[in-house]
Amino acid sequence: MADKNNQILEEVTGSDYKYGFYTDIEMDQAPPGLTEDTIRFISAKKNEPQFMLDFRLKAFRHWKTLEEPKWAHVDYPPIKYQDLIYYSAPRKRPKYDSLDEVDPELLETFEKLGIPLDEQKMLAGVAVDAVMDSVSVGSTFKKTLAEHGVIFCSFSEALQKHPELIKKYMGKVVPHTDNFFAALNSAVFSDGSFAYIPKGVRCPLELSTYFRINAANTGQFERTLIVAEEGSYVSYMEGCTAPIRDENQLHAAIVEIIAHKNAEVKYSTVQNWWPGDKQGKGGVYNFVTKRGICEGENAKISWTQVETGSAITWKYPSLILKGDNSTGEFYSVAVTNNKQQADTGTKMIHLGKNTKSTIISKGISGGKSNNSYRGLVKTTRNAENARNFSQCDSLLLGDQCGAHTFPYLDVGNRSSIVEHEATTSKISEDQLFYCLQRGIDMEGAIGLIVNGYAKEVLSKLPMEFAVEAQKLLSISLEGSVG
Amino acid sequence: MLSIKNLTVSIHGKQIIKGLNLEVKEGEVHAIMGPNGSGKSTLASVIAGREMFDVDEGEITYMDQDIFDMAPETRAREGIFLGFQYPVEIPGVSIANFLRTAINEKRKYLGLEPMTGAEFLKLMEEKKKMVEIHSKLTNRSVNEGFSGGEKKKNEIFQMAMLEPRLAILDETDSGLDIDALKVVANGVNKLRRPDNATIVITHYQRLLDYIVPDFVHVLYDGRIIKSGGKELALELENKGYDWVKKETKTDTVS
Repeated sequence: MADKNNQILEEVTGSDYKYGFYTDIEMDQAPPGLTEDTIRFISAKKNEPQFMLDFRLKAFRHWKTLEEPKWAHVDYPPIKYQDLIYYSAPRKRPKYDSLDEVDPELLETFEKLGIPLDEQKMLAGVAVDAVMDSVSVGSTFKKTLAEHGVIFCSFSEALQKHPELIKKYMGKVVPHTDNFFAALNSAVFSDGSFAYIPKGVRCPLELSTYFRINAANTGQFERTLIVAEEGSYVSYMEGCTAPIRDENQLHAAIVEIIAHKNAEVKYSTVQNWWPGDKQGKGGVYNFVTKRGICEGENAKISWTQVETGSAITWKYPSLILKGDNSTGEFYSVAVTNNKQQADTGTKMIHLGKNTKSTIISKGISGGKSNNSYRGLVKTTRNAENARNFSQCDSLLLGDQCGAHTFPYLDVGNRSSIVEHEATTSKISEDQLFYCLQRGIDMEGAIGLIVNGYAKEVLSKLPMEFAVEAQKLLSISLEGSVG
Repeated sequence: MLSIKNLTVSIHGKQIIKGLNLEVKEGEVHAIMGPNGSGKSTLASVIAGREMFDVDEGEITYMDQDIFDMAPETRAREGIFLGFQYPVEIPGVSIANFLRTAINEKRKYLGLEPMTGAEFLKLMEEKKKMVEIHSKLTNRSVNEGFSGGEKKKNEIFQMAMLEPRLAILDETDSGLDIDALKVVANGVNKLRRPDNATIVITHYQRLLDYIVPDFVHVLYDGRIIKSGGKELALELENKGYDWVKKETKTDTVS
């Protein structure tokens, strides 16, 4: 009996790899280009409800009227939108039989990050053997959440199972008319995550997209929607802490967060997309729209981000503080090296009374990279006693990189207090020599100093994320000085 | 252990050390004294491997190896320790984290397994007692917001943790009150072993009341112009540097 089971298991897993995989690709890939037909194709593939298709088409028609924005402090050749493939599932990724076939450089990076072997296999796309039962890991996790009424699934699954929730909340914080990339995403998004925390529930687990990404292999246009009902709490982690070599260049995602009265959402992300090579060839354009709204009184949302990857990062996780006494926080570390460019920051829109926001941004630039902080703090006339504190620090490694700060303040009433502090510093020769003299080599010294500099932000990350982020910072900056 | 022969060093074309000779053997404590600008700190930096200086001539061997073949971090891992005159601040990096990194780098170099958290904490407690520093100090960021005395004590604590073969203390006594001076000196004395050596660089004789050197050298204008036993330091204190200068001039003439 057991033998027979094993045999079936082997057949199933084996055939899935040998044949099923390629067939899948052929079946699930849309032809290049973007027309209404492409969108109908995607929607039909995903068996979506009518309202979803209508939403997509509306977004697409709007997108066609828009022009790509040019105001960011970044520079890249024009993107040919009609040459892109908008739907491909599972994403085309090489599959290997064993780790021996994987690029040694990639393995070396995994090694440095201290990623366990099984995880390495999954990330590199090696067919994972039946010994590692990722299915059971996934289902235990789902069971615990279900007991508390928490919904956490892929966006596609949510569209099938909870269409009413999607219909109610999708596009409410980031409407399809918001900007060029948001319109594009709204038209063609492939998948994403959905999290719903019911009233009064403190989510028992840190929600991590780790499980889901491996299952669903989401593409380049993701959507994340997080809804925290009254008095609930959730900590949500997104992103991959290992390098992903993405063939696709453009990554245009949307994240929407809604926090009702007394709810708290902590959103942490470590972004480490492929940054391109040292000459600036290849790499991901990460053009993302992230926004949250503190809908009710005393709601709280915090963004914590560590940005080390992508050729170009262009994103401003923002918050609308609508409920009275609501709180918004933004903690960011953005690292650029070689020829990477980052234009990132936040917007804090104070609408409610006694609303508070804190912005801590730490930019680190090495090589020939450019790193900009761009932020807006706005308090409207009704936002009495609104309070903001912003601190934007830049750390330069070497003399060929750039750091820029573009703070915009728009204060609409007399009782608001808005503070902005900024510093720019360099790693000094003296600091480096001090470390060298204690036996720590140059890479180690830079890693140590940079991690110290970013500590205020790193300490906001969930524990296991923080450890990996620290390692990531050191690796990202290899060869950044001298 | 350390042998310096005819060392000539310049910075931006200006000669600072002009043909210096020094031999340091295991178990010895050498004091190098001299007025400001005589080249004391330059000597310490060159031994530790600071790149801003140009070595024009001469050689330095350490444990029978040419020191100029070794990167600064290699020298450190081979047991050379420099106690800085002006220890720098590294914000956000705790002393414990800093030292654990340093110790494990050294162990890796020597082919040893990294120290576990528990072993490290034990070692730290032991050394804290030895050099009499506050236990809270190690949780703070390296030198950030430290008083002058705390910075120097921290240097001695790091020295205790790293157990160097050759320790060079560059004006560790400057800016210390008498209590801090005693703590620093006690630390150095406790760490003294038959198989290690210490070079104490100082401006004043005061430190040498607590750290008794085997040899005293007077560095003046890039050269060692007089060497002797511990009594030389006292003589200097009484008669001043001018006395040596005059005496050497007479020597040269005669």
